[in-house]
Amino acid sequence: MPENKKEFEPKIVAFFCNWCTYLAADLAGTARIKHAPNARVIRVMCSGRVDPQFVMEAFAKGADGVLIGGCHPGDCHYQEGNYKALRRYTLLKRMLMDMGIEEERFRLEWISAAEAERLKWCVNDMVEKLKALGPLNVQVPTEDFAEEVQVA
Amino acid sequence: MSEKPKVGFYWCASCGGCEEAVVDLAEKVLDVVAAVDIVFWPVALDFKKKDVEAMEDGSILATFINGAIRTTEQEEMVHLLRRKSQLLIAFGACSHMGGIPGLANLWDRKSIFETSYIDTPSTVNPDRVMPVMEHKENGHTVTLPGFFDTVRSLDQVADVDYYLPGCAPTPKLIWMAVETLLSGELPPKGTVISPDVALCDECPRKESRPIELKLTEFKRPSQVLIDEDTCMLAQGVLCMGPATRAGCEAQCIDGNMPCTGCFGPTSRVKDQGGKILSAVASIIDSNDPAAIDQIMDSIPDPVGTFYRYGLPTSLLRRRKMETV
Repeated sequence: MPENKKEFEPKIVAFFCNWCTYLAADLAGTARIKHAPNARVIRVMCSGRVDPQFVMEAFAKGADGVLIGGCHPGDCHYQEGNYKALRRYTLLKRMLMDMGIEEERFRLEWISAAEAERLKWCVNDMVEKLKALGPLNVQVPTEDFAEEVQVA
Repeated sequence: MSEKPKVGFYWCASCGGCEEAVVDLAEKVLDVVAAVDIVFWPVALDFKKKDVEAMEDGSILATFINGAIRTTEQEEMVHLLRRKSQLLIAFGACSHMGGIPGLANLWDRKSIFETSYIDTPSTVNPDRVMPVMEHKENGHTVTLPGFFDTVRSLDQVADVDYYLPGCAPTPKLIWMAVETLLSGELPPKGTVISPDVALCDECPRKESRPIELKLTEFKRPSQVLIDEDTCMLAQGVLCMGPATRAGCEAQCIDGNMPCTGCFGPTSRVKDQGGKILSAVASIIDSNDPAAIDQIMDSIPDPVGTFYRYGLPTSLLRRRKMETV
């Protein structure tokens, strides 16, 4: 069946900080705020815990987007984990763009425990942008390379 | 028939520096020759592929292969040598991780061919002649190896027993590997023959590293007079030492140049570039998004800096392009 962009449901791996964005997701649940179901949430103790390796592994294993959710600047439970996340995000994003991964696929958002509405907007907005972009399809080259070579 | 163990050397996509490293064993090379029979070494000895094909499977004790895998010919030779050898050893950064040739994974065959055979200013090719795998002329057929879109490390092509890291491996490490092989007491399969700690551990400038590194700019070696006794990172020079395996005895640091990461990561790290990126980003001394962005401008080529020797074995392995 040909890939239809309308039917494409992007997979988002979401790393949410235990103290803020994860609680916002929890609040969105108890408040019955509906948002797109595309994000697979992984709870981390701090956005500063997100190793660039996690992000790249997510992309390599089929994620169409990666979302990191952390506390607002100045609000980090561990003083400045979120600033570390911001610095890593800035450099990693530059590198991912050089690797052919579009800017919209990697996102860092500050979402406090009270901001369930903002969480809803972020996830929905990201899903919308990823749908417009289409699947990422990072191709891990296959074992049998011989097929790839064309006799021109 | 001699009773000495047989050893082979082969090169794939490489610069020849690894062959040079073997010669750098100097007079120790005579000890190697005394202990083993070199049955295949295209750069130095006149053995052909058919000589290897005539050997019994598993009759070579160990084959050292340097260079990344870029063409069908290299892949074929690697499979042949794997069959004929009891041990296959990735020799040097290119076969270990893809090496410098692995940076070609930022492009594909089409763009590489167009640059090499058409776009370079010194090229005159009005008919846009490109390499093909097979060409017929006057009833004769000539062939060339196929050229892959993606460069691979040796272990992405064949089963590898050991790795000798480095660009190139140091004579000391090579000698250590030969001695280990001959002793018969082999380390576990998959071992990288080098200490499993970061380079900083054996760096002569270790003591000069401040407790907390804080940087507002990264300087390239050409932009600064590097102090000979102070930690590179403390001087704002981007050094891959924290994310690179030790074993080279900090040769570049001794030459007053920062580490570029040729020994690859330690065994606990999946992706060397990701780790050094993480370390480098966290020592930036600013919490302001605009200022951070500006500081990042002093790292103009993050992929080429963090994955100088390891793009093919990184998590993403290559740049995503429309063709691949």
